Amino acid sequence: MRNAVIISENDNVAVAVEHVSRGTLLTWLTPDGTEHSVTAAGDIPIYHKFAVRDIAEGEKIVKYGEHIGEAGAPIRAGEHVHIHNVTSVREKLV
Amino acid sequence: MFFKGYRRPDGRVGVRNHVLVLPASVCASDVTDKIARQVEGAVSFHNQVGCSQVPADEAWTMEVLSGYAANPNVYGTLVVSLGCENCQMDRVVHAIREKTNKPIRQVIIQEAGGTLKAEELGVRYAKELVQEASQVQREEFPLSELILGTECGGSDPTSGLAANPLIGEVCDRLVDAGAAAILSETTEFIGAEHILARRAINKEVRDRILFIIQRYEESLARVGELVRNGNPSPGNIAGGITTLEEKSLGCIHKGGHRDIQAVYDYGQPVDKKGLVIMDTPGNDPSSIAGMVAGGAQVIVFSSGRGTPTGHPLVPVIKITGNRETWMKMQDNTDLDASPVIYGPETLAEMTDRLFALLLETVNGKKTRAEELGFVETAIARVSNYA
Repeated sequence: MRNAVIISENDNVAVAVEHVSRGTLLTWLTPDGTEHSVTAAGDIPIYHKFAVRDIAEGEKIVKYGEHIGEAGAPIRAGEHVHIHNVTSVREKLV
Repeated sequence: MFFKGYRRPDGRVGVRNHVLVLPASVCASDVTDKIARQVEGAVSFHNQVGCSQVPADEAWTMEVLSGYAANPNVYGTLVVSLGCENCQMDRVVHAIREKTNKPIRQVIIQEAGGTLKAEELGVRYAKELVQEASQVQREEFPLSELILGTECGGSDPTSGLAANPLIGEVCDRLVDAGAAAILSETTEFIGAEHILARRAINKEVRDRILFIIQRYEESLARVGELVRNGNPSPGNIAGGITTLEEKSLGCIHKGGHRDIQAVYDYGQPVDKKGLVIMDTPGNDPSSIAGMVAGGAQVIVFSSGRGTPTGHPLVPVIKITGNRETWMKMQDNTDLDASPVIYGPETLAEMTDRLFALLLETVNGKKTRAEELGFVETAIARVSNYA
């Protein structure tokens, strides 16, 4: 059952739309209608983000198809993504 | 498509028909409050400034005072001053006259002989204005007469997932009908300025977008603050927003997808159609005040956590994408936007619903804030933090 939302197909994080406990399957649809799943690596509070794939330390966190910060540590697929493992980085104007 | 509004002698069109009892300064605010309470159809607010200000700060106050009087939802204005404040009666009246030829009455408390005499005179003037206003009938006007202000507050991730994208769709629809929509809250552009700048109609507008953001950050730096220190707020973080960039991207959705035609300073009259930006603080009542002073007749407000916010002159339509907030804060919220996330309605169907609610509201349907009398407003200061 769908319990998460991803905004852009380029995003590497999605948002849980209900409280999801560790070990539960997180399921979302990409904009093309394909269903994807990953197992929650920890508890994900409602409306919090999780990684839809493994993200390396220093890699950009992508939501809305844009950069919202950088991974401050390696993040596994299904892991909670929030202030404990994301650094805010101001980007240069193009 | 048409709506029913009130024609004003300056050529603009209101969606409400208020008489404004305008306090020139904090020292006149109790008197205006007492006058407005005695006259059905008259409204006032607490002006906490209007005296003892540095020039740049006073300029914003004057812009809002005159802009409120000029707002098309106002039939006419009774200005009340104490007499010795910096925002002197003749200066306030002159500033209003620069923007509109609508009726004005004046009461100066120190000249009237104290507050009781000023109140009596004020009540008499206000009731005359209300009687005149009551004779104006609604007529049909094209949607292009509308200026929609957009605002978000108490944001959580549903604001960026549902409510703001929904407001953005409505902005697109209004802009396509020839109306104006205002994207506000400069605080919340930071981190997304490169994306907004790409949408500017020309280089001048692009440079203005970047300028207002830089000016804002510099004004904070002068008092030793970084905007990132206050944003995202603890409530935002608890709700799942991690960085200012994420919050900003969610925020700018509410302006929709059209090109940006102009950038206005705080409270400046909006004279262009299409999507425009106004330089306002993130504080909701102060930001809404700037847009209302700019001429917005209606505000659509998205909230993650729910808020009672309203305005004395303008209907504020509040929507939430958070279904728990909708359950808890329904008395203060006009539309549940959570189906954008959970279904069954699609974003397009929800856009129809919000657009229909907007039309009903401009045609006279009261918002939750209007029903319950939530009218608190605030005028931004040059040293605003957020």
